[in-house]
Amino acid sequence: MAQQRISAGSRVFDFFNYFLLALLALITVLPFIHVVGSSFATSAEIARTKFLLFPTEFSLQAYKYIFSTDTIFRALGVSIIVTVGGTLWSMFFSILTAYGLSRRDLVGRRVINFLIVFTLLFNGGMIPTFLVVQQTGLLDSLWALIIPVTINAFNMIILRSFFLNLPQGLEESAKIDGANDFSILFRIVIPISLPAIATISLFYAVTYWNTYMHAILYLADADKWPVQVLLRQIVVLASGMNYDAEAYTDVPPPEVTVKMATIVVATVPVLLVYPFLQKYFAKGALLGSVKG
Amino acid sequence: METTTLTAKEEAKQVKKMKRSETWRRIKRNKMIYLMILPGLIYFLIYKYLPMYGLIISFQDYKPYLGILGSEWVGLEHFNRLFTSSEFWMIFKNTLVLFGLQIFIYFPIPIIISLMLNEVRHSFFKRGVQTLIYIPHFMSWVVIVSISYVMLTLDGGIVNAILESLGLQKINFLLNEDWFRPMYILQVIWREAGWGTIIFLAAITAVDPQLYEAARMDGANRFRQMWHITLPAIRNVIIVLLILKIGDVLELGFEHVYLLLNSSNRNVAEIFDTYVYVAGLQQGQFSYSTAVGFFKGAVGLVMVVFANWLAKRFDEEGIY
Repeated sequence: MAQQRISAGSRVFDFFNYFLLALLALITVLPFIHVVGSSFATSAEIARTKFLLFPTEFSLQAYKYIFSTDTIFRALGVSIIVTVGGTLWSMFFSILTAYGLSRRDLVGRRVINFLIVFTLLFNGGMIPTFLVVQQTGLLDSLWALIIPVTINAFNMIILRSFFLNLPQGLEESAKIDGANDFSILFRIVIPISLPAIATISLFYAVTYWNTYMHAILYLADADKWPVQVLLRQIVVLASGMNYDAEAYTDVPPPEVTVKMATIVVATVPVLLVYPFLQKYFAKGALLGSVKG
Repeated sequence: METTTLTAKEEAKQVKKMKRSETWRRIKRNKMIYLMILPGLIYFLIYKYLPMYGLIISFQDYKPYLGILGSEWVGLEHFNRLFTSSEFWMIFKNTLVLFGLQIFIYFPIPIIISLMLNEVRHSFFKRGVQTLIYIPHFMSWVVIVSISYVMLTLDGGIVNAILESLGLQKINFLLNEDWFRPMYILQVIWREAGWGTIIFLAAITAVDPQLYEAARMDGANRFRQMWHITLPAIRNVIIVLLILKIGDVLELGFEHVYLLLNSSNRNVAEIFDTYVYVAGLQQGQFSYSTAVGFFKGAVGLVMVVFANWLAKRFDEEGIY
């Protein structure tokens, strides 16, 4: 191939393009760095000098403070239980449903698919859903964070389109060998679908870790609050500013560093799985774009 | 020959019968598959379709101890109350404005970023930028709003500290009505714009490189190549995503707005979702708030169907 001549205009274009993208990336992560940096600062330094990124004096004061009470351990415990338990629960039912609906010879498949896709376009809304959750006895139980969101229709559709694209010959030959549908699913289909399953599991796990709305809707008992609700309480606590915090105006506000440290604690687990997320998620998001 | 004496009618009957037994055979053969999808189906029926049935309480004066069957019917009373309420237009307008911001300000940004990323030739740089701009997508709204909160607050927030050191007035971003909308859309952009590029980037990789070659021969510069080749090539994807976005018209994110809402910015921040929550769960007006939610959901459904119809008229594929 002949070497391409790069025009001056093209070079100017490249310069601005790279510069703007680098700037964009920097702006995106600066707030996180600021929060992490502040969480390791002393309160005195924060009050004295406003720094953006790194404190001069390194301190674990804020972390010692938040881990000195049971509250954060309890909230983290709840979040971990809901995330691990919820992901397993959701994956189990999502895989079963997705695999079943991926079978082309299934009578009624179109109707069931439509019923599921329709829930993405219309739903009963917050109050009727709340009443159903109440009637099914889930209020104030951690199950309220899991059962009402057992299957995410999008995730199920992604899994289903993955199963649909598996070579059909595999199943047929297993069937000739006398395997039943369950053993085909568990012995053949799941083992060759691990990348897709990992992707969707991570989707679910992040959603469960980030759960906030369902907790404030369904859990009145503060002992059962997951870490996101606790974070919210600590950050706006006593500011008396927002709807959900107006009740707490008589409690003194926690130190800035404590707020920062709590944000970090609520965020770190997601950042820990982020490299895996990044590897699989782009693929998963693309699978999702396959028409339902 | 016997068969020749069969009339067409009888023949059709025969075929129908055979088809039916074939269907029956297929159902029986797949009984384990039905068993597999049963729990999922039950889930959707209970937690998705039962609430739809529950919408009928919007036509009742629902009392929890009387239940859906025992509560008194009141017809359209709650809808009347909603439409004549002085707050209705405020909420309607707020919802519409946030929707407009999503469509006109947020929506083009991932497209622009993916066009820019597509022009990057060093793959390590491209991947580095992608890695960083995807991060906020995985943060909860609580984290996003909390970070904004600690940065924007009057007492000790970095942004106000910077404003002060520049000799400018401090701004009470969190309580000021004028700052709610910019804050809302900036947070949406911060959290979603990077992640939103994925689908466009994938569509761009499908563009035939020969097209660029030909355009260069004709003397098209980089901008012209973007405008005349890349952008038209991803038109379909853009339209599908726009439809999905319009379908989400009223899904502006209960969590996000609720977390930003306070009594000072309520005039611009209260949207249907937050109103439903406050009226329904905090004030116990189940029927009225269900009517509000029903109205919102119905408008959303009409919008998706309309957007899809529109796309089909423009000879695009549509989403269903």
